Amino acid sequence: MTLRTEPFVINMGPVHPSTHGVFRMRVTLDGEVVVNLEPIFGYLHRGIEKLAEERTYTGIIPLTDRLDYVASMTNNLAYCLSVEKLAGITVPERAEYLRVIMSELQRIAAHLISVGSFFNDCGAYFTPFLYMFRERERIVDLFEMVTGQRLLYNYMRPGGVSQDIPEEFLPALQEVLKQMPLYIDEYERLLKDNEILYARARGVGILTKEMAVNIGASGPVLRGCGVKWDIRKVDPYSIYDRFEFDVPVGTQGDCYDRYRVRIEEMKQSLRIVEQAAKQIPDGPIRSDVPQLIRPPAGEAYGHLEAPTGEVGFYLVSDGSIAPYRCHIRAPSLMNLTALRDMIVGWKVQDLIVIFGSFAITMGEVDR
Amino acid sequence: MTTSLKAPEIGKQIQAQFAGAVIEATDTAVMVDSKSLLNVMAYLKNTAGLDFDYMTTITAVDYFQYFEVIYNLVSMVHNHSLTIKTRVYGRENPSLPSVVSLWRSADHQEREIYDLMGITFEGHPNMKRIVLWPEFKGHPQRKDYLR
Repeated sequence: MTLRTEPFVINMGPVHPSTHGVFRMRVTLDGEVVVNLEPIFGYLHRGIEKLAEERTYTGIIPLTDRLDYVASMTNNLAYCLSVEKLAGITVPERAEYLRVIMSELQRIAAHLISVGSFFNDCGAYFTPFLYMFRERERIVDLFEMVTGQRLLYNYMRPGGVSQDIPEEFLPALQEVLKQMPLYIDEYERLLKDNEILYARARGVGILTKEMAVNIGASGPVLRGCGVKWDIRKVDPYSIYDRFEFDVPVGTQGDCYDRYRVRIEEMKQSLRIVEQAAKQIPDGPIRSDVPQLIRPPAGEAYGHLEAPTGEVGFYLVSDGSIAPYRCHIRAPSLMNLTALRDMIVGWKVQDLIVIFGSFAITMGEVDR
Repeated sequence: MTTSLKAPEIGKQIQAQFAGAVIEATDTAVMVDSKSLLNVMAYLKNTAGLDFDYMTTITAVDYFQYFEVIYNLVSMVHNHSLTIKTRVYGRENPSLPSVVSLWRSADHQEREIYDLMGITFEGHPNMKRIVLWPEFKGHPQRKDYLR
């Protein structure tokens, strides 16, 4: 006798422990197999692009903090790069080094959260996550020393950074640089060749090279497919052309590759911070920029490689103190374009792993 | 370094292929007639030497008399970039051809422009609101949206 089955619909989210915020998926299941999936956005939409139209150019920086809230340093920087491009502002040498140090530390901190929550989704419930939060704490302490904040730093300014580092910063940074590789080695020993991880993540949720490029994927999701595309290399901003580092790529574009790319990127970021901390010169930290910036009428697109991918700001100025239009390119939103294609056909427990391997932040998706 | 291609030259090249398609080519961007947008985009994507395989962003700006829609294209093969613009007139029911058939990265972005600016994209497989709820009235990113 054959059993008759019929598809049924379940709602995952918006409040669900593995949706990384307030994301909702309408999943149609046939037994355990996913036959259709519809992502539903907007639960964290705050209208940041509209709010930006009524603020001064410096007043927008705190809004950018709230995009990808686990990586606010890079959001700040992406916005400031666009304003500098628009208004033709130069940045002093010391500020450039501070920007690079902060961005790379931020990348490590954000990847620690991404990898930690990925293991949560794989079923290693909270032990790896707490290990990684222990290390992230060290970096957050450094940020607190400089900015007084632990999550939303509001640190970069058009033409430099908001304040200089205190004198105890560089010794503390050296201490972190000494210990961080040991921590990463520890993760590698515990997790890299774990058999359960292989079973859950290898060959699961494959994104092909062609599709990744076509959907506009960026960051570890794109590089996990084997595409060597990193804005720091292909279109160097700030002073990234002065540092030596590699761009790690995956081979087949599965969940395991995306996890590997993140771990390898942390090692590369440490290399960059090490070089920058050695070379950092004395000098001013901000160029002479007026309180109210009035860029000439025009348009500019500034972008950079954030932990999740290419963050970009498209600014249109009409010559006044507020931008006429401020559009934000959110890498997480683009990466999610292929979500349905990658998940349909897999089982519901794989859905969690595949979705977790994207490491999206809802603040950025909904804006 | 990603080189931005010289828009006037590319403008001439497009004009030679599709007569009347280019309205103007400034230093930074090529302004394309909305009627031939899809043909021009397909040409930019599939012509050897141009190979724009990666669509970075689409955005729309409200200038009251018209909406300007801006496409940022990148070629990963040659590492060069180009900005294409088009204008759509009218506030009641502005509409443009969708480029989702060429670059799927346009999928969510065109939905977002529809949601917030109210421009419909013909040929989009799933043209509905993305961040606001279906019953929402109006398009808040427009400059004349009343609070």
